[in-house]
Amino acid sequence: MIDVNRQGEVWVFTEQHNANIEEPSIELMSKAKHLADVLGVNLSAVILGDNIKSLAEKMIHYGADKVYIAQHNLLAGYQTNSYAKVIYDLIHKYKPQIVLYGATAAGRDLAPRIASAAKAGLTADCTDLQIGDHTPPNNKTTHKNLLFQIRPAFGGNIIATIINYDRWPQMATVREGVMPMPQPQTNRKGEIIEEKVSVSENDLPLEILEEHKRQKKVDLKAARIIVAGGAGVGSRENFKLVWDLANCLGAAPAASRAAVDLGFIDHDHQVGQTGTTVRPSLYIAVGVSGAIQHQAGMNQSQKIVAINNDPDAPIFQLAHYKIVGDLNTIIPKMIKAIREKAIKE
Amino acid sequence: MAYNCVVLIKQVPDTKKITGKAMNDDGTVNRAALPAIFNPEDLNALEMALQIKQLHGGTVTAITMGLPAASDILRESLYRGADDAILITDAKCAASDTLATSYILSCAVKKLPFDIVLCGRQAIDGDTAQVGPQLAEKLAIPQITYVEQLTELAERTITVRRNIGSGWQKIRTKLPVLLTVTSDANEPGVAAAKKMMKYKNALTPIEIGQKVQAENPQADQLTHKALIDRKTKQLEEKGLLIKQWNLDFLQADLTWCGRDGSPTKVHRIQSVVLAAKESKNIEPTDAGITDMVHELIEDKIIA
Repeated sequence: MIDVNRQGEVWVFTEQHNANIEEPSIELMSKAKHLADVLGVNLSAVILGDNIKSLAEKMIHYGADKVYIAQHNLLAGYQTNSYAKVIYDLIHKYKPQIVLYGATAAGRDLAPRIASAAKAGLTADCTDLQIGDHTPPNNKTTHKNLLFQIRPAFGGNIIATIINYDRWPQMATVREGVMPMPQPQTNRKGEIIEEKVSVSENDLPLEILEEHKRQKKVDLKAARIIVAGGAGVGSRENFKLVWDLANCLGAAPAASRAAVDLGFIDHDHQVGQTGTTVRPSLYIAVGVSGAIQHQAGMNQSQKIVAINNDPDAPIFQLAHYKIVGDLNTIIPKMIKAIREKAIKE
Repeated sequence: MAYNCVVLIKQVPDTKKITGKAMNDDGTVNRAALPAIFNPEDLNALEMALQIKQLHGGTVTAITMGLPAASDILRESLYRGADDAILITDAKCAASDTLATSYILSCAVKKLPFDIVLCGRQAIDGDTAQVGPQLAEKLAIPQITYVEQLTELAERTITVRRNIGSGWQKIRTKLPVLLTVTSDANEPGVAAAKKMMKYKNALTPIEIGQKVQAENPQADQLTHKALIDRKTKQLEEKGLLIKQWNLDFLQADLTWCGRDGSPTKVHRIQSVVLAAKESKNIEPTDAGITDMVHELIEDKIIA
């Protein structure tokens, strides 16, 4: 168990694959920097791997004041036990007050194993983090400057703010895509600390026989404009309308879970709680009813256009532009209006 | 060779069926208004254990921690082919977070022989996916999360396919191991009619007490106790007694259980009310749509 340490740093576990930093780790940096500034402590990145020293500089550019590097040939590939052991040892040594992980397949596999070993609290899949005070209902001692770990629960129907005040560190995994990518500042300077680590073959109980990485069919997170179709589009054939509108806007085609389950489009295109979280400039929802799970993945869009023949569809509560009517006539009208404007200019 | 499989299951509110009525005004969930179901991916974990038993022999034990009513999913596990079912229920379990839950479950699993421990990837009420890895750490065994296929099981070695989000890995390890199983792993079969006929009468000690009370409302305490003892013995002989364990029985250290054993606490719960700050109704006509497109271009939303 690790005691409460108010001077502890804020840490970001930096995931890397073949000496490339994974995007979700970078996404964490601007929020983590903000938390560290509010607390008046250093922001540190922790990187494990082999031949990864060059990554330290990058994390400093993204906001790290310090970088802890743990290099070992047995850490070249991610494994739960070896990574958990090394990070647990570092936590024990330096006693950070906050440790953040991306809620990736590896982050969600690793963080609970560390939390269990450290007997620390952990909140999964946070969508926001803040610093705030908490007074427990049964006693009047106020705990100041805690990490507010904010996340949806019950299928997105409620937003819970979770805290831990009597055991350190405060740990959270953070959902991919909910925090904006920071711009690197190449003139930033920081401290790089190389840690001597002890890992042995015993810490590698798994044999990775094969690994297949695949490119996603669409990069929704990077899209400036998204056109998403829902069950209301009606059929895989009719989903061509969504593709057409997306093409004429240079937008990424997306879908609700219902449309994916009906086979209209591949799962890579799914927006929402079990798909991708997006924050484009413009989100056009076509025949999407707007279940809370879908809203959770797109409510940070700057402008939302909703097209639906049901005036009571929940998506209209979110929309800046509401069009009640038949998408089969509205989409062609939109395409025509966009093309005409493009020609005029 | 035969394998002992232990499957951890959870009864959850059906969050897909949440409507306005299921939410209290203060934003908390009115659990009473929601049907309680077998957590979907726990069914995939159970199915994988049953397939292992079918191919190699051995045992399947289902364990749940929860309220007395969670016995429903234990009966469901027996209908589907589990050999044994254990309910962990105790007021001192209340308010356990994932860390405390994994500790209590580890005390139970340690009482059993096990080669493979299986959990669903995550439960639909919390979606944390934390209890599996935390339980593996407490049992000091390796974990493989997001298992989407059991590829091979031979002697003391298991090979599985693990979903890594942007692809997959084929992983081999030695037993014992803990797996968390995704919905892609299998299609859970249906309950067998014959087993349903048999196990619909399976009861936990709490349920035996309730049944005796309901059937003999006038009887005194001593009579009740005698009736309960007789009924318990009868069910046990027929293999219809669902085991019920409390924290005393588990010899659990209360420091690590319930509210005291849970480092995470709830600061605040808010219901989700999302609304656009400004919104416009657009007529579905050529003119209405052209105006909207022009506005989006002027605002530099469309380049």
